[in-house]
Amino acid sequence: MKKLLSIFAVSVFAFAANAGTLDDVKNRGFLKCGVTTGLAGFAAPDDSGEWAGLDADMCRAVAVAVFGDRSKVEFITTTGKSRFPTLASGEVDMLARNTTWTISRDVNLGFEFVGVNFYDGQGFMIPSSLGVSSATELDGATVCIQTGTTTELNLADFFRLNGISYEALPIETNDEGKENLFAGRCDVYTTDASGLSSTRAAAADPGKWLVLPEIISKEPLGPLVRHGDHQWGDVVRWSLNAMIIAEELGVTSENVDAQKSSNVPEVLRLLGVEGSYGEMLELAPDWAYQIIKQIGNYSESYEANVGPDTPLEIARGLNALWTQGGILYAPPFR
Amino acid sequence: MRSNFNFFSDEKFRSIFFQTLVIGLFALGIFFIVQTTAYNLEKRNIATGWRFLSDPAGFDISFSPFINFKSTDTHLDVYFVGVLNTLLVSFCGCIAATILGFLVGIIRLSSNWLLVRVAYIYVEFTRNVPLLLQIILWYSILIQLPRVKQSLEFLDVFFISNRGIYSPRPVFETGFSYVFIAIILAFISSFVIRSWAKKRQDKTGKQFPVLSSAFGLIIILPLLLFFIIGSPMSFDYPALKGFNFKGGMVIRPEFIAMFLALTIYTAAFISETVRSGILSVTKGQREASASLGLKKSWIMRLIIIPQALRVIVPPLTSQYLNLTKNSSLGIAVGYADLVHGFGGISLNQTGQAIECMVIVMATYLTISLTISVFMNIYNRSIQFKEK
Repeated sequence: MKKLLSIFAVSVFAFAANAGTLDDVKNRGFLKCGVTTGLAGFAAPDDSGEWAGLDADMCRAVAVAVFGDRSKVEFITTTGKSRFPTLASGEVDMLARNTTWTISRDVNLGFEFVGVNFYDGQGFMIPSSLGVSSATELDGATVCIQTGTTTELNLADFFRLNGISYEALPIETNDEGKENLFAGRCDVYTTDASGLSSTRAAAADPGKWLVLPEIISKEPLGPLVRHGDHQWGDVVRWSLNAMIIAEELGVTSENVDAQKSSNVPEVLRLLGVEGSYGEMLELAPDWAYQIIKQIGNYSESYEANVGPDTPLEIARGLNALWTQGGILYAPPFR
Repeated sequence: MRSNFNFFSDEKFRSIFFQTLVIGLFALGIFFIVQTTAYNLEKRNIATGWRFLSDPAGFDISFSPFINFKSTDTHLDVYFVGVLNTLLVSFCGCIAATILGFLVGIIRLSSNWLLVRVAYIYVEFTRNVPLLLQIILWYSILIQLPRVKQSLEFLDVFFISNRGIYSPRPVFETGFSYVFIAIILAFISSFVIRSWAKKRQDKTGKQFPVLSSAFGLIIILPLLLFFIIGSPMSFDYPALKGFNFKGGMVIRPEFIAMFLALTIYTAAFISETVRSGILSVTKGQREASASLGLKKSWIMRLIIIPQALRVIVPPLTSQYLNLTKNSSLGIAVGYADLVHGFGGISLNQTGQAIECMVIVMATYLTISLTISVFMNIYNRSIQFKEK
């Protein structure tokens, strides 16, 4: 009864409270995380109905950091349109939903992007029978485009820059885009390259579809929280960074216990053996250890969800560590 | 105590008191909502204001038959494109639904057993299935048409594919304005002839063939003029180039789906309105006019329809309003109407949800009230005038 009352009090208070998300989450007992309505590899229910994917892992990592338990998270699906109001109204504590970090979203909408968990770029997918090998040959084509996304704006810019014309066919969801592309209502489908890989993997005959080589935009996708609650922002930011740093230091879910007796100072700091970083974040001392133990480091999450051995077959590319030719880089754990 | 009791037993005081109370509470409610919204927006650092209207939109709208829209145009232009597209499909839908509705309504009262059954099934089926499903059904059918490279061809100039119906586009050359002026003049003189003929008939009882003379004036005269000054018009034919047809005119499947669904759905309701209107005219009227020796078509046109219209027009107005508001479902098939373009894409790109929604709602309100005003004027003009 007491618990029920306190939940009630918290939920009533949540309308007014903006700061103190961490306390809200702790009191509630679970994390509310906004994800896509289903994009294989990023966030989609797997065969057993469990949410899986790179973004889903991001949500779980934060839940582990706060509760030490990867199951303490409720996934709330949001569309491209509903995601921002859902976060702004406090219906979710954070978004991990293929969302591109842009200045207007960061500043004008009142959100805070805490990092990048996938470096993406916008590409084009066409039937290989059209015989097109470059996006600059798309003059006059009909292009399926999800409305309300940054890709819509990039598309207009790309065609304007190259002085070629196109016809936009606005669609609402990825499924609608697939349907129109497969029926030939549009010649080209454009979205983030990762999304194209996901769509292509779902086609009846993936060999009939071609993803063009041009990447026409920067799409840094990352988790975001509401502006103004820096404590909560720090928790989400360092949950992501911990996974990246773990990869950099070679700490995996397999060897994390052995690494506790490592002689590398940063590993000891990361795993909570030395220092009091958990206390600074108002989390348990072993929060990062738990993330690596229960979720894995960034590489493990990547390879399991979107990597070359999955149906999406996305090479690490830009998402490799900075030491390995990519641009994935986390500030030092110190 | 006694005087207080008297106050409340006074009917006039009581009614004023409670009305003031209700209005006061309502105003307080509105004030509370506005305050809370403004407070929360401010606290969440969400920018408000109308400045975004003059920012460049940054995206393209392909379906814009009236304005040449480019991605460098502003969100205000997006708004205008949306309003025009909403008006276009609503206007076409209202006209077609009226014609189809009247036709079906009259058919249901005819004596042809088969036609009556078909009309009955049509009405009951369409008005009992949600409009959104009908829109999606039409769209799904239309995108199953042949692909653009395998377009169906008619007379070498019409092409039908799942990208729409392509047809030649008339190109007006210099001199065509004379033909245009001639058409306007023909319309004006037709109205003059009509009122003259009516006066003459009132005075002498003689009739004048108004319809055929108007037809001659409006169609034949401008046509003659057109050929005399050397046909100042050519056609731009569509031709398959690269991915799509170039040139000509095109009607997109998104528009066709919206138009068909809105028309067919609303016409079912209109037909019932028409049927009830005609049935409301008593049998005696028909019998009396027959006994006067009027022709059957005259009885319908001069006796039944004018009286039926008094019953038909008020509910017809609501159907026009419904159709216009229902056009906002265009978002389901990507028809670039007001809700889809300005209330959807602009809203999403700028994040100015409240501003966009207020504008969209005010626009629908304006359109609806305008329709109501005109229909009320028309309604008044057909009411029975006692002398």
